[in-house]
Amino acid sequence: MSLLDRSACQLLADLKAGEISSVELTQASLDRIEAADEKVGAFLQQSGRAALAAAEQIDVRRAAGEQLGILAGLPVAVKDVLCDSTTTTTCASKMLANFRPPYDSTVVAKLRSADAVLVGRTNMDEFAMGGSTENSAVQLTRNPWDLQRAPGGSSGGAAACVAAGMVPLSIGTDTGGSIRQPAGLCGVVGMKPTYGRVSRYGLVAFASSLDQVGPLARTAEDVALLLEAIAGHDPRDSTSLEEATPAYSQSVSKPLENMRIGVVKEQFATGLNSEVETAVRDAIAVYESLGATVKEVELPHSKYGVAAYYVIAPSEASSNLARYDGAHYGHRTDQAEMMAELEAERKQLSESGDQRGLDNLDTPLIRMYRRSRAEGFGPEVKRRIMLGTYALSAGYYDAYYLKALKVRRLIRQDYDKAFEDVDLIAGPVTASPAFKLGEMVDDPLAMYLVDLYTVSANLAGLPGLSMPCGFSEAGLPIGLQLQAPPLKEQRLLKAAHMYQQTTDWHTRRPPET
Amino acid sequence: MPEQPYTTVIGLEVHVQLATQSKLFCRCSTQFGAEPNTQTCPVCTGLPGTLPVMNAHAFELSLQTAIALNCDIPGFTKWDRKQYYYPDLPKGYQISQFDLPMSDDGYLEIADPKDRFEPKRVRILRAHLEEDAGKSVHDEAAGKADSEIDLNRTGTPLLEIVSEPDMRSSLEARAFLQELKLLLTYIGVSDCNMQEGSLRVDANVNLHLEKDSEKVATPIVEIKNMNSFRAVERAIDYEAKRQYDEWQETGRRLGESPKQTRGWDDAAGVTRGQRSKEESSDYRYFPDPDLMPVTTTAEQVEAVRAALPELPAGLRQRLGDDYSLGHYDADVLVNQGRPVVDYYLTAADASGDPKLTCNWVTQEVLRELKDKEITIEQFGVSAERLAGLVKGIDSGAIPGPRGREVFTTMLADDCDAQEATSKLGIEQVDESELVALCQKLVDANPKIVADVKAGKQQAVGALIGQAKAQNPNVDPGRVREICLELAQQS
Ligand SMILES: [Zn+2]
Repeated sequence: MSLLDRSACQLLADLKAGEISSVELTQASLDRIEAADEKVGAFLQQSGRAALAAAEQIDVRRAAGEQLGILAGLPVAVKDVLCDSTTTTTCASKMLANFRPPYDSTVVAKLRSADAVLVGRTNMDEFAMGGSTENSAVQLTRNPWDLQRAPGGSSGGAAACVAAGMVPLSIGTDTGGSIRQPAGLCGVVGMKPTYGRVSRYGLVAFASSLDQVGPLARTAEDVALLLEAIAGHDPRDSTSLEEATPAYSQSVSKPLENMRIGVVKEQFATGLNSEVETAVRDAIAVYESLGATVKEVELPHSKYGVAAYYVIAPSEASSNLARYDGAHYGHRTDQAEMMAELEAERKQLSESGDQRGLDNLDTPLIRMYRRSRAEGFGPEVKRRIMLGTYALSAGYYDAYYLKALKVRRLIRQDYDKAFEDVDLIAGPVTASPAFKLGEMVDDPLAMYLVDLYTVSANLAGLPGLSMPCGFSEAGLPIGLQLQAPPLKEQRLLKAAHMYQQTTDWHTRRPPET
Repeated sequence: MPEQPYTTVIGLEVHVQLATQSKLFCRCSTQFGAEPNTQTCPVCTGLPGTLPVMNAHAFELSLQTAIALNCDIPGFTKWDRKQYYYPDLPKGYQISQFDLPMSDDGYLEIADPKDRFEPKRVRILRAHLEEDAGKSVHDEAAGKADSEIDLNRTGTPLLEIVSEPDMRSSLEARAFLQELKLLLTYIGVSDCNMQEGSLRVDANVNLHLEKDSEKVATPIVEIKNMNSFRAVERAIDYEAKRQYDEWQETGRRLGESPKQTRGWDDAAGVTRGQRSKEESSDYRYFPDPDLMPVTTTAEQVEAVRAALPELPAGLRQRLGDDYSLGHYDADVLVNQGRPVVDYYLTAADASGDPKLTCNWVTQEVLRELKDKEITIEQFGVSAERLAGLVKGIDSGAIPGPRGREVFTTMLADDCDAQEATSKLGIEQVDESELVALCQKLVDANPKIVADVKAGKQQAVGALIGQAKAQNPNVDPGRVREICLELAQQS
């Protein structure tokens, strides 16, 4: 049995007991990546030598009896969207292919100060825009349970590397479901914390009011451990909450009593795959067997969630991505080629006597912007920039952006009301198990609907968790989503842990890799 | 001034750089004049993943200013992104305030002590906080060569103060700017250095005139690139004439052509049309999701108001009410800034003669400061010593005409009035001694006596000269009085 079959918490105990060393564990992780990632494609970059050096340091400090951080010696993978000054942060985009941030994101800094061993950077949809990781400008990531299928996204690499047993812990980000959806499709546990629970400083922004960093692992206990390491107020993030971080890793094993679980009827309506429905209902039955009462709740405005999300997120994205203009850093178009192009156009216009065309010809600066952005961004990113630019334009702002904000408030109010009667809301993460690679690339709208069950938690700012609750006949994992009121991550973790204590879905491993 | 066939209507937009140590959303220094791009960090250069954190001191300074401008302070204000592309704007947007500024609806009172216009209130539409952009340095000499960008200024806190179009002449516009600058200097929120860009002024100008007894307005022109108050004055005068000529030529009214931006060319003394940046600029403002709205309570506003220093308008009033100074004198003192006023107040309180003290300060002291290009803090005669001089003159210990000699000696020898007086050998002349001297002179000059008696009082001047020659300490006025009296009696 490989070291990496053990949970992070188990490994931590083994490290503390001196049964294994961090160098051994890190080497095992790097070996596994070496062996499996050629097929899976979860990593954009591995930091083998640096990781081993860090592991060695931790082993030395442990031997010297030093006080170590709560992740001491554990390999952790980081989504390539969180700045790390020791390497590039590409967001899986050509635009930032060579971008080396001169600073660390708060999450990366916290991982380091918790003595985690950062083994590599995981693949994602470009700038976290997408639900299949197919929008990565760099490579495909495959679902370890079926290499013909997508791992989900945008944190596809983050989920796949955990599912394939390459690392016990990984960091993702979730703007509309980007942790929970790939976790669901890859059969691992993933959590989107309350908005503001984890610092966004150094997280390359997609949609600032929705983005949240969160943990992925195979067990609720491991997710609790990783969340404890990265959560907390950050004075460098004005939207970060001034809340003390609970000791999630301690409290996760305390069971919840008199649990009241809410179920939203509409989530089980048409469109939901029957295998998913069965697995989710079975999971809810497991909770009943553990003493929970189940109650139907209403989230009447959730049906507008996807529509509101695809106005708000692109609007913010169009603004957040304006900085990638080739002037200061990132991709810049070839200057000689650009000037030649302009000159050719000028010549053609003046030969045809097109004065108007000449007057409207781009200045070199404008042409530099146009070409740099056209070359640097992929189609989905461009699509969202255009959507957002349109929604924020004079004359459209009220009809789109303001209206979407109203929907957002109503969705939050629905949740507040629902949580007066229940402690948690349980339901599906996605309508179906993992889809085939390429299946939806030509249908962006269908792709957007993948977020149907997950966007509302982002719009409302509340925490959500996804964990495996069964498998389809084809052997694909099915996810259960739990949602809780703001700041009730502990409740989610406890509930997930209770479930994993009585079921063994999380112990299954993908066959192929 | 000749009656013009039009009224010039002027509104001003003033950008004031607030005197904070660090930038509005990061900790970088705001010091002027550093090497390019040395005062930058990942936040103000807009690197991916960075987030702004509001500088509370900048907000405090803007609150002080807005309250001093009699503005309303809403309980809730937020930050918006103003989006446009330019290389000196590294994020692709400027963090500013759009529909809910931190203050609105205030006013500033302006007056002209020389009575060239009626005192008036210029209404303030709004004042809001925003971050500055960087600086593009174009290498003009190299033709199409690359521009260079200096981001030291990027993120510096600016307070944009927008007036209503309440001014009716360049003189009023200048008075507004001077009073505003004075106010800002009194509160200490800005150094208002126009050369270093800490105070920037744009003017919106158009004309109101009558055509066939119908009131007509000409299109509004925004004038930019004015680097001194004098330039603002000249540019407005130029623009008013230019618009009048244009109106006579085209008859174009407000709304019939888009708002135009013109740049002031100070050397040529003209405004020139600037290529309008993207025809209709849609800045796609939306609330910045990275920043929390700022709430201000009525208690906070009151606390800031209570802590404000005495403002120029109130100070002028007090100098009039408590020190019996006229508008003109009060204005001269207040316009010198608070340290000169403090100097005056100390001297006036100590001398007990506010009017005479004012004369000494506004004439001799200010002349010295100007000639030597020094500040009042660097000036060699303390307020207490100046009060000693004034008291000496009032008591007669120092004959008025010799006051200046005493003052000069005090300054040169760094001594008080008493010491200077004795150094100069000035003694008070006893009344009986003075009468005796005058009697002697009258007796010795029968021709002058005869002239005086014949009504030529000015003839007595010769006696004053002789008296001074015999005793430099005599008071010429008193000599004149006594001699006239004695001459009449003889
Ligand atoms: Zn900075």
